[in-house]
Amino acid sequence: MLKHWWKILTIALLIFTLIGGLLFDVPRLAILNETIRALHFHVTMWFAMILLLLVAAIYSIKYLKSGNIKHDDIAVEFTNTALVMGMLGIFTGMIWAKFTWGDYWNGDPKQNASAIGILMYFAYIILRNSLEDRQQRARIGAVYNIFAFAALIPLLFVLPRLTDSLHPGNGGNPGFNAYDLDSKLRLVFYPAIIGWTLLGVWMSTLKIRLRVVQRKVEDRKFA
Amino acid sequence: MKKLLIIMFLCLSMTTFAQEKYEVTDADYQNTQVEMADKMRADGKIYVLVAIIGAVMFGLIGYTISIDRKVSKLEKEVK
Repeated sequence: MLKHWWKILTIALLIFTLIGGLLFDVPRLAILNETIRALHFHVTMWFAMILLLLVAAIYSIKYLKSGNIKHDDIAVEFTNTALVMGMLGIFTGMIWAKFTWGDYWNGDPKQNASAIGILMYFAYIILRNSLEDRQQRARIGAVYNIFAFAALIPLLFVLPRLTDSLHPGNGGNPGFNAYDLDSKLRLVFYPAIIGWTLLGVWMSTLKIRLRVVQRKVEDRKFA
Repeated sequence: MKKLLIIMFLCLSMTTFAQEKYEVTDADYQNTQVEMADKMRADGKIYVLVAIIGAVMFGLIGYTISIDRKVSKLEKEVK
């Protein structure tokens, strides 16, 4: 049970996110209205994705240093989970955009950039699957993963800021970005980020463990 | 443990990325000019939503836990 404390924490944080996110007081802002609550469910997806991809990039570097195939497992599975989070981020963002900005896809710089970022990581999966040799796949995958992460950060955090964007804190849309200053929203927002990220970590570790078992079974077959 | 701490600190530091903030004041909480789902809350229907989404979440978490157990069992078998 002690080993699983962080899983219990995950569940507790997610329950808190759900209840707090739906029931707590939120500021009454024009255009956003009640949809400001999506902050705890949409924005957190991106935070979780970035953090999981960061872990993947770190383990890609570690793999290149050590050549330990376990590090490659971690990098791959964290990337996979991050992609799920990113897709959820795109879809929730599209729904939110429809009702606040008027269309599912506004060609907003941040929307476009995140789509490019996700496609970049899809290419990572395809690249890996096209290689047969285990060590070669891991090495090339690791190099690609590091470059993809290095490209993703400016795509999401720098480029949208240089032009006009509908997203808060980018270009000319200051009236929108109230969240991180408002303590009542923060009360749910921060736990939500941690909760969703931990859920991603949990799912990644499940798939990593399955990979390890699978490899053992395969090695036994050929031994 | 150390890794988890690093992840948590990163969470906290990343929020400093946002710029050009509009400050929410108490007036925004009281501003009845902006339409909100007040009627739904008054009727208590919001708790129906909480119950439904809660049920879905419990189901998914329960399923995840059962997968976790199965993987643990497999790990023991292969070892």
